[in-house]
Amino acid sequence: MPDHPALTEATYYILLSLVQPRHGYGIMQRAESLSGGRVRLAAGTLYGALNTLCDKGWILQLPAPDDSRRKDYKLTELGLKVLKNEVARLRELADNGEKILREEA
Amino acid sequence: MESRTMHKWYWVWEFEKEDDWLNDMALNGWVLDSVGFCTYRFVRCEPGEYSVHTEMHPADEGYVDFMRETGAEYVGRMMMWMYFRKKTADGPFDLFSDIDSRISHLDKIGKMLSIVGGANLLIGLANTFSPARFGWINLLCATLLMYALGRIHGKKEALERERMLHE
Repeated sequence: MPDHPALTEATYYILLSLVQPRHGYGIMQRAESLSGGRVRLAAGTLYGALNTLCDKGWILQLPAPDDSRRKDYKLTELGLKVLKNEVARLRELADNGEKILREEA
Repeated sequence: MESRTMHKWYWVWEFEKEDDWLNDMALNGWVLDSVGFCTYRFVRCEPGEYSVHTEMHPADEGYVDFMRETGAEYVGRMMMWMYFRKKTADGPFDLFSDIDSRISHLDKIGKMLSIVGGANLLIGLANTFSPARFGWINLLCATLLMYALGRIHGKKEALERERMLHE
């Protein structure tokens, strides 16, 4: 496993949405608006990903207020680091793509 | 409210077919309202008012709350399968939006089949040597469950091939 594995699109947008605390439905809406409607996270996919990301320590669940069953999540320090690494990796991909297409296509 | 009950059997590897059938029913103005063993109860709705999905998921109140938060209604559960519906006016409704989560759903189904199949195999073998002589029933169940496992595995392999190219 490389140090900075490529994230799936779902993981990437979930982490990006959780730079500010959000609940499940809020994450779905944020991912959709950030991607201009292209990325729609389905509920089952999101729920599974949130559990896995909590287990990995990339995000954490915030304590819910007593009167609410709604759970909010937030990025951890480790999650922020993973996200920054991914942004750098994506930049490399995009830069290379643009360069080759500009020079050789 | 007008209702109708239908009895239908789906093998475990036909869960997508079941999903399609439930959505066809909703398109025809009958939305799933409760489930039982091979039993589906529908109530009248506007044609296409709802979309319906089923998923194998262990009992989990947190998941039901989560689905409700996203605007879906929990219809019920039969064995390990949960049924949800959502009004189409409230936005698109899917349970899975990428290959990884579809694969992990198939993994969950495969794990359940392996456990139940393995248990039947052991009980069947044990009973073959006992005076009861009913061991063949368990061995038959084990064979069927292993066949189901093969079908689920085939679906998983197809998705894994697809994942080589895209998410």
